[in-house]
Amino acid sequence: MFYREAGQFKTTYQADMSIFPILQDRIGLALIIVAALALPFFAGDFVIASVMVPFLILSLAAIGLNILTGYTGLVSLGTGAFMGVGAYACYKLSTTFPGINILVWIVASGFVSCAVGVFFGLPSLRIKGFYLAVATLAAQFFLQWCFVRIPWLYNYNPSGAIEVPSRTLFGIHVTGASATPTTRYYIALAIVISVTWVVSNLVHGRVGRSFMAVRDMDIAAQLIGIRLLRTKLLAFAVSSFITGIAGAMMVFLWLGAAEPDAFNINQSFILLFMVIIGGLGSLVGSFLGAALIYILPIVIRATPESFGLTIGAATVEHLTYVITGALIIFFLIVEPLGLARLWQIGKQKLRVWPFPY
Amino acid sequence: MTLLYSIFVDPFVQMAGAPDLLVQTLWEGLVGGVLYALIALGFVLIFKASGVFNFAQGIMMVFAALTLVGLHEKGVPAFVALGLTIVVMFLLAVAVERVILRPLVNQPDIILFMATFGLTYVLIGLGELVFGGNPKNMITSELLLPSGSLDFKVLGGLVSLQKIDIAAAIIASLMVAVLAVFFQKTRIGRALRAVADDHQAALSVGISLDQIWVIVWFTAGLVALATGIMWGARSNVSFALEIVALKALPVLILGGLTSVPGAIVGGLIIGIGEKLGEFYWGPLIGGGVESWLAYFIALAVLLVRPQGLFGEKIIERI
Amino acid sequence: MTKLKTSLLALAATTALTAVTIPAQAEDSVFVPLFTYRTGPFAGSGIFIADGMHDYLSMLNERDGGIGGVKIAIEECETGYDTKKGLECYEQVKPKGPVMVNPWSTGITLPLIPKAAVDKIPVLSMAYGLSASAQGQTFPWIFNPPDTYWDGFSQILKFIGGQEGGLDKLKGKKIGYIYLDAGFGREPLPLIEQLAKDYGFEPKLYPVAAADMQNQSAQWLNVRRDRPDYMVMYGWGALQPTAIKEAVKINYPMDKFISIWWPSEDDARGAGDGSKGFKTLNWHAATADFPVIKDIQKYVVDKGKSQSPKEKVGTVLYNRGVYNSMLIAEAIRTAQQVSGKKVVTGEDVRRGLEDLNLDAARLKEIGMEGFTGPIKLSCTDHNGHRPTFVQQWDGTKYVKISDWIEPLSEKVQPLLQADAKAYAEKNAPWPARSEACDAKS
Repeated sequence: MFYREAGQFKTTYQADMSIFPILQDRIGLALIIVAALALPFFAGDFVIASVMVPFLILSLAAIGLNILTGYTGLVSLGTGAFMGVGAYACYKLSTTFPGINILVWIVASGFVSCAVGVFFGLPSLRIKGFYLAVATLAAQFFLQWCFVRIPWLYNYNPSGAIEVPSRTLFGIHVTGASATPTTRYYIALAIVISVTWVVSNLVHGRVGRSFMAVRDMDIAAQLIGIRLLRTKLLAFAVSSFITGIAGAMMVFLWLGAAEPDAFNINQSFILLFMVIIGGLGSLVGSFLGAALIYILPIVIRATPESFGLTIGAATVEHLTYVITGALIIFFLIVEPLGLARLWQIGKQKLRVWPFPY
Repeated sequence: MTLLYSIFVDPFVQMAGAPDLLVQTLWEGLVGGVLYALIALGFVLIFKASGVFNFAQGIMMVFAALTLVGLHEKGVPAFVALGLTIVVMFLLAVAVERVILRPLVNQPDIILFMATFGLTYVLIGLGELVFGGNPKNMITSELLLPSGSLDFKVLGGLVSLQKIDIAAAIIASLMVAVLAVFFQKTRIGRALRAVADDHQAALSVGISLDQIWVIVWFTAGLVALATGIMWGARSNVSFALEIVALKALPVLILGGLTSVPGAIVGGLIIGIGEKLGEFYWGPLIGGGVESWLAYFIALAVLLVRPQGLFGEKIIERI
Repeated sequence: MTKLKTSLLALAATTALTAVTIPAQAEDSVFVPLFTYRTGPFAGSGIFIADGMHDYLSMLNERDGGIGGVKIAIEECETGYDTKKGLECYEQVKPKGPVMVNPWSTGITLPLIPKAAVDKIPVLSMAYGLSASAQGQTFPWIFNPPDTYWDGFSQILKFIGGQEGGLDKLKGKKIGYIYLDAGFGREPLPLIEQLAKDYGFEPKLYPVAAADMQNQSAQWLNVRRDRPDYMVMYGWGALQPTAIKEAVKINYPMDKFISIWWPSEDDARGAGDGSKGFKTLNWHAATADFPVIKDIQKYVVDKGKSQSPKEKVGTVLYNRGVYNSMLIAEAIRTAQQVSGKKVVTGEDVRRGLEDLNLDAARLKEIGMEGFTGPIKLSCTDHNGHRPTFVQQWDGTKYVKISDWIEPLSEKVQPLLQADAKAYAEKNAPWPARSEACDAKS
């Protein structure tokens, strides 16, 4: 009843091919964006700085990984390191050319990450499935070693870490300690929305379809004239471009300083969780997965306190692990295709409600 | 020129110059390799029988060792604790089959892979909750494992073999031998191989998949326990060991996901390769290359043989 | 299913909202959050430190009713030694007006350094974090007493010199340095290079990657080949017990193996008898025979208000936590004196830290006579660069075996200054110090 497209006629090919052909979708999306824009007026600093900003950044990284793993079917365990490449590139660029706006460099660092990603994507033509994971693991560990061992990358800081300088945009601090969480949130939101918009056009077009053809069966894809090497490398390029941007954002808009350990293998695994739990090959799923994996533990940690229970901080942490693990298994059993599928089912239910026959 | 010399000549000159160190390096690599191979063996067993890429194998190793030491700390005699740990691993196998495998049967590989991630989280939380997160020392002497070293004055130097490492090598070979006999000669073993070959065909001749899965996960649990004891004795028992378990991934992939001999040969190649690399070539770029060398060795092999050394040849049809 | 999902989401939303609207602390207390890591790969060290910190502060609450008549509101936040969780903790405690934070991780300290001045919350990173933050003129809000890692290395070198009969005797010696291949372990490298040039010893570096902490046989084979005269270790977590075990394995003479101040009793005990003679730096006692520890036992541990097992009270890392909390308490006390207020704020405590002056008399008053040496901070010196001593493992406990060793300040100070300057330049525009210095009484 609420979600029926009956009566919405398309009179042009353009309307038929648009990404959101249904009016309700457009209204829903507009509502979400308005809500996201209005959030800082209602929520506290903690929610903005420690929940929403990380959530947006991790969602973006998950989208990047989803291009590779969800749309093209290439499992990657090196996402953390590619985020690191973006972060270090952004650090080098912004400290070498401090005059140019930081947002330019955040986007530009995506290109550096993109080049590195393509290099480590080269073996993907020959190696497949779980075997490919080792190639990306090689990238993960080798790049992390580089972050430690090449002092040029961190400007020879004795701390071995990269520190974010203060930068402004139209006179407002956007990075560094003086930047308010709200500013950082809006910047992150703007980047995430625009990248998501570009990606959603990409995956719905010819390129996205060739990705999916390769995922479903690469030999068949080759037979219908898709050039495998080019497509796979393009997937690696797009994916690491986005994760690179997310990595730069992670350091510049969220952490403020980072040791190489911030880009460790766990980061890669967690992003893979998000993509799989959220739904392979779904942009909505990337957001839902990031929300579940990142926000859920925060909520669990806050729960005993809000009910007035005092449990040791360590015990809460242990319970968080158990509950998160159990919920992952629970969601996989309930819906192996991910949260995105639940979302679709929900929409379907709404369409026929209240007469489900 | 000097660079070429230091890459291609100097390491070999060093090897010839100090043969005792070479032997020692090979031995360290061998022992490390055997331990990697044991972790990889657990992976292979499960992958063959249930098609699950079991990410939780590493954490099962820590969990088993932690249970053993934790029980002993609570006053249980060492061998009773060992027995109880085996019971715990059995219960874990049953629980995994009931809660995870059965509802998820026939799902894509990546979903099962993901489910073992969930299992990892649960085991980390549970282990720390019950036994505490502080690292514990492995109860080697209580388990009658030897300590100290055997020193040989040979090759103009000293080669020192740790007794615990020798024990590890012997126990590992015994386990592999027992597993081989078990697979080849017993009824259950043949059933296991049948399941590994074809789930549906095995079902149709009356083999119970559920039972087989429990047995396989239990066997993997036992392998994990043995590995946990050995790694625990070399360092200590804490969740940091989980990182070491990641080294089993290149081993596994090098050997081929479905091959037991592959896991062993792969373990030895990676173990010896990374020690030689770190010891003779590592200093050229400042050392510490061990963290990624294993993956590059595996990658190099894969470029030649994409299914690993002993893996089943991948035949692709439309 | 959708119903379940919506209700879950609703629950999540409500809990998230309630979590942020926790009422501010009661007026008559000072809020001291403790960042702890009782979980994760470094929990082995973190648990004891956390217990020590927590127990000293609760002892003050139980015995004296807090500090200067004001209760201390203690709250633990679990970081798991993870930078991201640490920052989450920081954002979580910030609205409650903490008087200072103790990040207990170099990774968490670094992002807090620029934030401290903006949020007006001083950071106490006790003997870790950024060494250069000892320079109060550049880093008015950061404190890292009583020593930096650079001081520590120079003290170890002086001790080695003492063994050999003078620093000039180091010429031609090989000194091995095994370290965690991360910011913490790499920080002393420039100093080592400098000192090697000055004293003519040959440094041998053995980096251990974080992923290979428990797999060090290759590094120790290198040690066997190079035969360094002394080994220095900058390790953490699982690196330390593994290194000690490997050293025993290759029969390295343990009395020539000296570590920075982080190894615990458990680390040495794991290697059995072979580890006798192993040495570490320290600046406080490692026993329970002091009035302050007795009071903790009486008021906290025996009453069952501590999470610590009784036998761990008085161990190296437990006492390190006690020392840390003592600095917190004394800083708050000093802040109360200089500001004349009872309920102090972060700004007052910053002044309190700068005016901190723990002389022998005061140490005796708080039951720490002989526990540690006096320390005095100032608005230029946020570290103190206190002398440390060497303690040796005798198979059951650590025994103090050397006198107090002063750091080689003439070598370390220029590096600290240069580094602080470089930090400010690289992070330009770095705010100039605007906080006034208190005249010393």
